[in-house]
Amino acid sequence: MMRIDKLWLTTLLAGLIPLVWLLFDIAFDQLGANPIQALHIRLGDWTLRFLCLTLVITPVQTITKWRGMTTYRQMLGIYTFFYASLHLLSYLLVDHAFQWRMIGIDIIESSYIWLGIVAYIIVFLLAISTPKQIKKYLGKNWKKLHRFIYLAVGAGILHYFWQLKGNLVEPLFYLIIIVLLLGFRVLVWLTNRQLSKMMIPKSRK
Amino acid sequence: MIIKTQKSIAASEITDPLIFKQRRQIIKSLLAITGAGIAPAWASENKPMWNKLPQGDFSAHDLTPTPLELIKNYTNYYEFAFNKEDSTDLAQHLTIDPWSVEISGEVEKPTRFHLEDMVRQQTLEERIYRFRCVEGWSMVVPWVGFSLASLLKSVKPLSRARFVKFTSVHEPEVMPNQRSNAMLTWPYTEALRIDEAMHPLTILAVGLYGDVLAKQNGAPLRLVVPWKYGFKSIKAIVKIELLEKPPLTTWNQAAPHDYGFYANVNPNVPHPRWSQNSERQLNSRFFTPRRQTELFNGYGEQVASLYRDMDLEHFF
Ligand code: HEM
Repeated sequence: MMRIDKLWLTTLLAGLIPLVWLLFDIAFDQLGANPIQALHIRLGDWTLRFLCLTLVITPVQTITKWRGMTTYRQMLGIYTFFYASLHLLSYLLVDHAFQWRMIGIDIIESSYIWLGIVAYIIVFLLAISTPKQIKKYLGKNWKKLHRFIYLAVGAGILHYFWQLKGNLVEPLFYLIIIVLLLGFRVLVWLTNRQLSKMMIPKSRK
Repeated sequence: MIIKTQKSIAASEITDPLIFKQRRQIIKSLLAITGAGIAPAWASENKPMWNKLPQGDFSAHDLTPTPLELIKNYTNYYEFAFNKEDSTDLAQHLTIDPWSVEISGEVEKPTRFHLEDMVRQQTLEERIYRFRCVEGWSMVVPWVGFSLASLLKSVKPLSRARFVKFTSVHEPEVMPNQRSNAMLTWPYTEALRIDEAMHPLTILAVGLYGDVLAKQNGAPLRLVVPWKYGFKSIKAIVKIELLEKPPLTTWNQAAPHDYGFYANVNPNVPHPRWSQNSERQLNSRFFTPRRQTELFNGYGEQVASLYRDMDLEHFF
């Protein structure tokens, strides 16, 4: 039990490293010639990374058969929401200084931002459905709702692709990871179905 | 042709000229210490490269230039790399001395110039221009250059000449993306309509902040067309051709729906995937609003007449 708690605390603190690192770079002017964009991009990158990490948990749990991982999945999910909110806030406040007219035009005319918004709405809904009472209230729908995380990561990656002029290597990297993760889930689902099919005639004998 | 100078500029954008001069003095003295190695043959060593160049009527001398360090560290050069940091490093491998430029096509006197001869025949001026990239950022650049029209007139264009095509250097040895044929058709080419090329705002630049261009900024010779998106302002030019028919240009050929031939700065025509309504000015602090992008990058008074009867949404 003690070991798990230490791990829990370590994970909690580790999730703050990107933020501390960023604050450090801001303080020491390490963000390059366009620090506003660099800040915004860093936060977007970390949002996507945490989103991918959140999705890694379930397959790892399946493979290692270690049961205690749901809390970590939840924590990483909350961090995804945290960095996504900072990413959004940096867009609205640091870059646009709450100039709402300009923000409105920018969003309407930039289709890649729509995808970011779709991803953000999903991450937001998942985050606010974290408390136990809401989870209980939603019952089976909670799980259904949380499947939308795959839509979020898909939209997030497209959001990344869609703004680029040419270099597709980095978003491709995320795409491959997600296809692998999704492939794994589908594989597990198929084997389970296969197994349960084999079970049925046996039990009928 | 009488051309008015820039219209009024917000007070916040104006720098005390004294501070600007002092800053330039500092930069010059710094360059004087390290400068010997980077100066091309046509520069006499040990002296500041261009002291007190005339500004001319076309320079927006009341704009605050973006600091040199930012201009030198925030630039695209896809021949070298697709990101700004690597391309700046790799561009240092380009050999720019000696350099010659061929001018051919529909001209009476096709000529191959040594760069130093070409520059000697022209009048250098400082031109402080706004520079707006399709990526949504902008800066203010104190270029050193000369009028393209004056160079073209010296080789006597024929009346058939209706377009001017520019070709960048082809050096696959030092340009990794040319070597691997990555993304675009190399060498990079750009073109202007002849009236755009002859417009007094259009210059060929050889310097920046009173000194020679850094390699990543397009040394030794680049085009500057301030009312168009930055990708039109082709770098490291080796060939200029006057043509009867419109040539293919690199970005337009690669992505015709994204990048038009004209590529005039226009806040009302978004890129298919992002808005062009506003721009992030380099050297601004956090929480500074973005700048409202202006039609023709603010040079409408001077150039709008070139496009009088054209639908700018169609000819973007
Ligand atoms: C879960 C949701 C989101 C994820 C995972 C995400 C992720 C990303 C990523 C990975 C990038 C590219 C960073 C790079 O170039 O390396 C990016 C860029 C960007 N995002 Fe998001 N984003 C999300 C939501 C949003 C929202 C809601 C908005 C705005 C309302 C937004 C606005 C932008 C903008 C404007 C850029 C472009 C930055 C630039 O290149 O100048 N994003 N985002």
